Amino acid sequence: MKFWFGKLTWASLPHEWFTIGGALSMVLAGLGIFVYLTYTKKWKWLWQEWLTSTDPKKIGIMYFVVAALMLVRGGLDAGMIWLQQSLASGSGGYLTADHFQQIFTAHGTIMIFFVTTGFLFGLMNYILPLQIGARDVAFPLLNTLSFWLYAAGALFINLFFFFGGEFAATGWLAMPPLSELEFSPGVGVDYWIWSLQISGLGSLLSGVNLLVTILKMRAPGMTLMKMPMFVWTCLGSLLLVVSTFPILTMTLLMLSLDRAFGMHFFTSNLGGNPMLYVNLIWSWGHPEVYILMLPAFGIYSEIVATFSRRRLFGYGSLVADALLISGLSMLVWLHHFFTMGAGANVNAFFGIMTGLIAIPTGVQIFNWLATLYKGDPRFTSAMHWFFGFVFTFTLGGMAGVMLGIPGLDFQLHNSLFLVAHFHTMVIGGALFGIFAAITYWFPKVTGFLLNEKWGKRAFWLWIAGFLVSFTPLYILGLMGVTRRLDHYDASRGWQGLFMVAGLGFIIICVAVCAQIWQIIVSIKERKQNQDQSGDPWDGRTLEWSTSSPPPVYNFAVIPEIKNRDAFWDMKVSGQVDKLVSGQANKQYEDIVMPKNTAVGIYISAFLFLVGFAFVWHIVWLGAVGFVGAVTCVIFRSFDHHTEFTIKSEDVAKMESRGLKEIWQLKQ
Amino acid sequence: MTEIFHQHQQENSFLGFWLYLMTDLIMFAALFASYIVLKNNNFNSPGGEELFNLSLVLFSTIVLLTSSFTCGLAGLYVEKRNVRATSFWLLLTLILGSFFLFLGYKELNNLVLEGYSWQTNAFLSAFFSLIILHGLHIAAGILWITVSFFQLRSFGLSDFVASKLRRLFLFWHFLDVVWIFIFTIVYLYAHI
Repeated sequence: MKFWFGKLTWASLPHEWFTIGGALSMVLAGLGIFVYLTYTKKWKWLWQEWLTSTDPKKIGIMYFVVAALMLVRGGLDAGMIWLQQSLASGSGGYLTADHFQQIFTAHGTIMIFFVTTGFLFGLMNYILPLQIGARDVAFPLLNTLSFWLYAAGALFINLFFFFGGEFAATGWLAMPPLSELEFSPGVGVDYWIWSLQISGLGSLLSGVNLLVTILKMRAPGMTLMKMPMFVWTCLGSLLLVVSTFPILTMTLLMLSLDRAFGMHFFTSNLGGNPMLYVNLIWSWGHPEVYILMLPAFGIYSEIVATFSRRRLFGYGSLVADALLISGLSMLVWLHHFFTMGAGANVNAFFGIMTGLIAIPTGVQIFNWLATLYKGDPRFTSAMHWFFGFVFTFTLGGMAGVMLGIPGLDFQLHNSLFLVAHFHTMVIGGALFGIFAAITYWFPKVTGFLLNEKWGKRAFWLWIAGFLVSFTPLYILGLMGVTRRLDHYDASRGWQGLFMVAGLGFIIICVAVCAQIWQIIVSIKERKQNQDQSGDPWDGRTLEWSTSSPPPVYNFAVIPEIKNRDAFWDMKVSGQVDKLVSGQANKQYEDIVMPKNTAVGIYISAFLFLVGFAFVWHIVWLGAVGFVGAVTCVIFRSFDHHTEFTIKSEDVAKMESRGLKEIWQLKQ
Repeated sequence: MTEIFHQHQQENSFLGFWLYLMTDLIMFAALFASYIVLKNNNFNSPGGEELFNLSLVLFSTIVLLTSSFTCGLAGLYVEKRNVRATSFWLLLTLILGSFFLFLGYKELNNLVLEGYSWQTNAFLSAFFSLIILHGLHIAAGILWITVSFFQLRSFGLSDFVASKLRRLFLFWHFLDVVWIFIFTIVYLYAHI
């Protein structure tokens, strides 16, 4: 039995209310989808059109679906945290300390790795190739593999509901020695490690893939300094991905070697050094913050330029800012633990570096404002998100500068002030950016616009909810409340502010409902809000030169780029008719596109098994998973018929049909 | 059309693989940094200067460097599209690589027989991890060479196979570079 099941026993199956609830809801959701697909006979369609697709546009949409589901999952955690803290005065509260710890660990991990990262990679998949005038990413198979690793990681992090019943109770970065076997003997930390290893590998491969895409696949004439700003910020972000995710992989590997093989990298005995882990994880962790922020900066740049009908002010300095931020972000990791006691000089260095980051960030904000000035701004809901971002980000940024001063940090370290600060950055910065991007690019993806009225309502609810829930945390932090408290003494008088924060959470829930309603209303009214031009906002960059949604090959004829804001330039110089309506002379070339492949799904499934085997110490399963994954790679390496050709006549047909037909030319 | 597509794809693959190697290098860098931090944490057990057998390591270094040389020759014959010579030098690379793995295994096994394992202390945890991680890379390289024989037999030296082989050579030389760092930072450093 031990051979077949490792540490897995009957007791590992769900038996507490939250594991039974979690497992049951996942099973029911899965069953519902299964029945629906079987009843409507859509399995084949799903498999061929979506799951095995190598089209980065479809992969991008799948990223969005998974990330949205995980947003709900992480949001539930947030609600449970808020409810506990609102009730937890004295002996109140409904959660045990251990369960509370698991919830905030899961919340942080999910929101960073599976929500924000998922949305951003989805966005990059969809928009990057279009913006640089490419038909695909550099490595289509690698792209599906990255997505499926991400999806497998997202599933893996929820697997503890079924087997084991406990997640890590260590905080989202699982600092040792707490996360070592001695103090966390259960499987929770292993689930944490392997869900991050699996999805982290996906991020790393995506990083390599998209970086090569940007560097090698730009349309002729698009020099680096003619790239749209979103592409530049993604480049900065991807450079950080490839240079820091390997550190995360290695650090987690060392932690799992400690836990599985009895090594002593970070243990508190036999020479292990827990602070080594803290240094390593933050030298990935701080750049990670900018991996999430930089693309958001790019989104705002696109939106501000489009809705001001003006060239971005200070393009060159924005490019320099993106690169400076990428570089500096790798030199500030120590500000997360000034209290380690590295000494005044070391702390001073990292404090100064942290302060320096405020300069390029500030320059960006002035550039956007200067673009608006003398521009012709239209206050659409995408612009609302931008203004909300400027407000919250400036606020959170100043709090960040405060935290970056070592002297002050000794007071604020690990307090709710810090929690409020980084939520301001991630919600007010990255998440608002993602919402802005959804509003902005939605018509490109679906062919119809989102309802503006509900978009604006959702925005006002979001910003109100955000301020109501996080302003109290700043105040509480200054009052000395440390983070991650599962209960506190009634005499402290903190409960009122915690309850205000809880009220803010409810407002945010209403805001999310407004967003869902916005999508429903927009789908209902899609006939009125159709976008037939492919360019609903009078856009400036190449993605608006295609139809909405774009054909599978993006561009029937690869455009020649003469200027920055390539599409705007074409509109102004009157070339646009030639480009959009096809190339009046009707001369198309054959187009080579990658075939669908399920190899990414198989490899991810096998690596999923490897992770499971490591969590439960099932040797044979690990061997099966590993050999399976390697075999997939080897078999694939013999296949050199991985693409097919769309004949020029077919391209002409599809272009003349307005590209609306779903395209069925697969071999 | 397809040829141009393939040509672009092979150029992309080369750059992409090169980028992957850099990420791998950063993984090693993190482990090297950890090794340097932990190398004096031997906790009353003997340190590197007593445990490491420099002459054995020097021998395995020479074996690995020679394999890089034979790998380079195989690379020259790929450009000349000479299947037989390519296979021959690849085979030699494979043999030398396997011999290197065997020597590494001997070294670690000797340590274990003397009673020092990765569980002994932090220094040995880092040491064993570094050597084994490099060894696993070599093993992956050997598997790759083996697969290449089959590809050479099925497709000859087509552009498709040649492009894969060029990446294999890049990988093999990269492992050599990493080994030079291991030799310096782990073995030589211990004797200073």
